[in-house]
Amino acid sequence: MNRHRSTAAVLSVLWMGLGQLYNRQFVKGLLLIAFEAAALLYFIPNLGKAVWGIITLGEKTQGLEKVGKIMVSVEGDHSIYLLISGLITIFIFAVVLVAYILNIRDAYHTGSLRDNGIAAAGLRSSWANMTDRHFPYLMLSVPALGVLFLTIMPIIFMILLAFTNYSSPNHIPPESLVDWVGFQTFRDLLTLKTWSSTFVGVLTWTIIWAVIATVTTYFGGMIVALLVEAKGVRFKKFWRTIFIIPYAIPQLISLLVMKNLFNGQFGPINQYLSYFGLGKLPWLTDPTWAKVTVIIVNMWIGIPVSMVLIMGILTAIPKDLYEAADVDGASGFQKFKIITLPFVLFATAPILIMQFAGNINNFNVIFLLTNGDPVNGSYQYAGSTDLLVTWLYKLTLNNSKYNMSSAIGIIIFVIVASLSIWSYRRSRSYKEEDMIQ
Amino acid sequence: MKTGNKASTAIRLTVIYIILAIIAICAIYPALWVLMSSLRPGTSLAGSSLIPDQITIGHYIELFTNQSFQYGMWYINTLKVATLTMIFSTLLITLSMYALSRFRFRGRKATLTTMLVLGMFPGFMSMIAIFIVLLQLNLLDTHAALILVYSAGSVLGGFVVKGFYDTIPRSLDEAARIDGATHLQVFIKIMLPLSRPMLTYVSLTTFTGAWVDFIFARLVLRSKENWTLAVGMWDLVNNFQNSNFTLFAAGAVLIAVPITLLFVLLQRFLVQGLTSGASKG
Repeated sequence: MNRHRSTAAVLSVLWMGLGQLYNRQFVKGLLLIAFEAAALLYFIPNLGKAVWGIITLGEKTQGLEKVGKIMVSVEGDHSIYLLISGLITIFIFAVVLVAYILNIRDAYHTGSLRDNGIAAAGLRSSWANMTDRHFPYLMLSVPALGVLFLTIMPIIFMILLAFTNYSSPNHIPPESLVDWVGFQTFRDLLTLKTWSSTFVGVLTWTIIWAVIATVTTYFGGMIVALLVEAKGVRFKKFWRTIFIIPYAIPQLISLLVMKNLFNGQFGPINQYLSYFGLGKLPWLTDPTWAKVTVIIVNMWIGIPVSMVLIMGILTAIPKDLYEAADVDGASGFQKFKIITLPFVLFATAPILIMQFAGNINNFNVIFLLTNGDPVNGSYQYAGSTDLLVTWLYKLTLNNSKYNMSSAIGIIIFVIVASLSIWSYRRSRSYKEEDMIQ
Repeated sequence: MKTGNKASTAIRLTVIYIILAIIAICAIYPALWVLMSSLRPGTSLAGSSLIPDQITIGHYIELFTNQSFQYGMWYINTLKVATLTMIFSTLLITLSMYALSRFRFRGRKATLTTMLVLGMFPGFMSMIAIFIVLLQLNLLDTHAALILVYSAGSVLGGFVVKGFYDTIPRSLDEAARIDGATHLQVFIKIMLPLSRPMLTYVSLTTFTGAWVDFIFARLVLRSKENWTLAVGMWDLVNNFQNSNFTLFAAGAVLIAVPITLLFVLLQRFLVQGLTSGASKG
């Protein structure tokens, strides 16, 4: 009885599409046969080289070689290209493997339908079946491919870099080769005095910054929202529009403008200060003041978002809670403390954590406003206001310390990811996802 | 008793209005200042007053006529990149998030968690790898590369959209399915019209993202005539900020104005997008 299903499956194992031909799905079968032929044409010359490339990262150094009597320069292996093209080949191989397995399953499935006396579906009804039962997979396949090659592959590449010695001045292809070094980079980062003191310093400031930045924007936003929504205040829409402007201006622009506003010599803020007879302040040039400045500017940028969020929640608080409190003779402050604050905090707890995580990675504010400066002499390639991310950027693009920046990236990722996953799992939308319907 | 109450309310309101006014001044002062600076004759940062004695649009004209910038060209490039990115991203995001919100299939929770985790990596950490991939695909210095990378990356930020679809009652599409509509028909005829605020939100954010990115664009676009505004702006800042501040201000105004106007005009959708993303965590 199960003749068809096993024959079809075995045929599809032998060569993609044979099982489908056996099941009389000719177009599908021929397409699959062509697909496997193309895949083999690609993999036979490439797959072995890919594995070799990833394992060895190249063996031949660029240099001069004697050919006959003259010296000619020969190209060496480029370790980084080898690593990336190896990764790409392996990813494509995985995709083809998935297709291969699906092809066997399909042949088996169609075969068992035929065993039960149902004719194999023609091309048109196969397609209909695909858009109906497999709709989500179909819709997700295109973005999934994009994410696989443009996000996941680069991230794996980056993670692998942390375990190599890819850094200037001694290991930059094509002049020289890169090698696997295991956990040496992490060891250097944590134990070599110059690196570890920078790392600890930058990490401490990153955390202080993230806490202060989150708290100031959150409570700043709450205060503004409460003021606008206060009883008796008119033109609420007008106020909201004005307060949303800092959010509407692209950060690239507003931060560069701020940099000039706070310019120590000519900036208008210092001009006003001296106009009122006060001394000029070193907004961006003194380490401590620079930290204050980035936090102030970040409030300007971040408060509107919190304001909008909290306004939305304020309108959702049931009015009878306040009426009941009025009956009990609660003062305005008591009402805020007992009703408004807990309600808002409860509703926004997940965002608060996401904002904290976002601030750890807040590249724009630091990079555009201070670029990590003022310089800190005791740091390796970092300034006083550098966060881990901006330090990482400098290490990669200015100093070519790729392995070190990858190691730092992994550490940032571990911090941020554990925070976000923790908050996401706690959020109501994850737990009660299907209960709203 | 009653009059005292009235008086205290009046005082309270006055105090609130004063605070609101101060915050409002802080909120718009930087924008106003850069606008005024761009209209001021001369080149220096130091201006005596906020409102210039004389007004000139010379700096704007210079941006478009000076040979060392190709502002008009950059504007067209940016419009092209941002518009196409917006179209592709919106298409990808809405379709994939609809699938993730509506269907219960194997690997769904894993997909959601993966999306969340991938979004946690600092974006430019993958830049070196993408750069080499683009080099091998011969896509460096093209706008296609930018559009491709922006659109593919945008899907990871689609949680807000998924949250939005979660709130649309499922009975709506079930009814249509019973009437024989395919999934795609349900999506186009029922979901899309309902998700207009979300579509606006997504298109706006993806458009802005492409409009202002200078980090990745600067890496990919090598020749000056291919630059986008943000890259050109970055160059302007590095070369002219100290010597020609007013020119920088004019460039800044031109980049910021379209985005700011869009945001303010569409703020209703923006607020809806932000809050629906929030309450869904």
